[in-house]
Amino acid sequence: MIRVQREDFDIGAEISALTAGNHAIGGVACFAGLVRDMAGGDDISAMTLEHYPGMTEKELARIEAEAQARWPLEASLIVHRYGRLGPGERIVLVVTASAHRQAAFDAAMFLMDFLKTKAPFWKLEDTGGDARWVDARESDESALERWRKPAR
Amino acid sequence: MKLLYFAWLRQKIGTAEEDVTPPAEVTDVAGLIDWLRGRGPAYAEALRDERVVKVAVNQEYVRRDHPVRPGDEIALFPPVTGG
Repeated sequence: MIRVQREDFDIGAEISALTAGNHAIGGVACFAGLVRDMAGGDDISAMTLEHYPGMTEKELARIEAEAQARWPLEASLIVHRYGRLGPGERIVLVVTASAHRQAAFDAAMFLMDFLKTKAPFWKLEDTGGDARWVDARESDESALERWRKPAR
Repeated sequence: MKLLYFAWLRQKIGTAEEDVTPPAEVTDVAGLIDWLRGRGPAYAEALRDERVVKVAVNQEYVRRDHPVRPGDEIALFPPVTGG
């Protein structure tokens, strides 16, 4: 399941809703990304997330389908916010559920690695005086390398 | 065709979207970018460094040799930074 929304989300409520009634699930992994108050030595007062409506949903759905194909997941969820967010606010949530922990952990990491390099979102940091677009990181691209070989 | 720009490409070009009708010799993404560069200094500056320009045609990532056709939705944007 994927959602792109302006509103905040409740991590506990999301996990409860995702796993409700499915007693084949034995392990749930969760990653949440938050807005930091510092970047490159500068104070960040806010961050604005822009996205490409339509393509964002397509890419997230594609990434989720790929994870479902690679690991025996019972359930998965990606929630990504857009708009203006302050330090400490939640940006993204990935939840994966499987019979055992390994698939859940691995699939959550896979989803985040692909989301960061494929989902069309852009961060604009507000440092008080001016605003600057966050540069893509080489390390995000190289994180994909570990998924080149089949997972199982 | 409909062009969409995002993030700093949108800011540099000065618009989020526009409808354009390139000449017939513009048949692929590479040709479209070349043609756009000739539309003015803002375009030339925004599209100066090809390595930081990603392209999606009809909401799918494509390479530079992908065809472009009337009616396509073509998005140009910097490398993504979500998550």
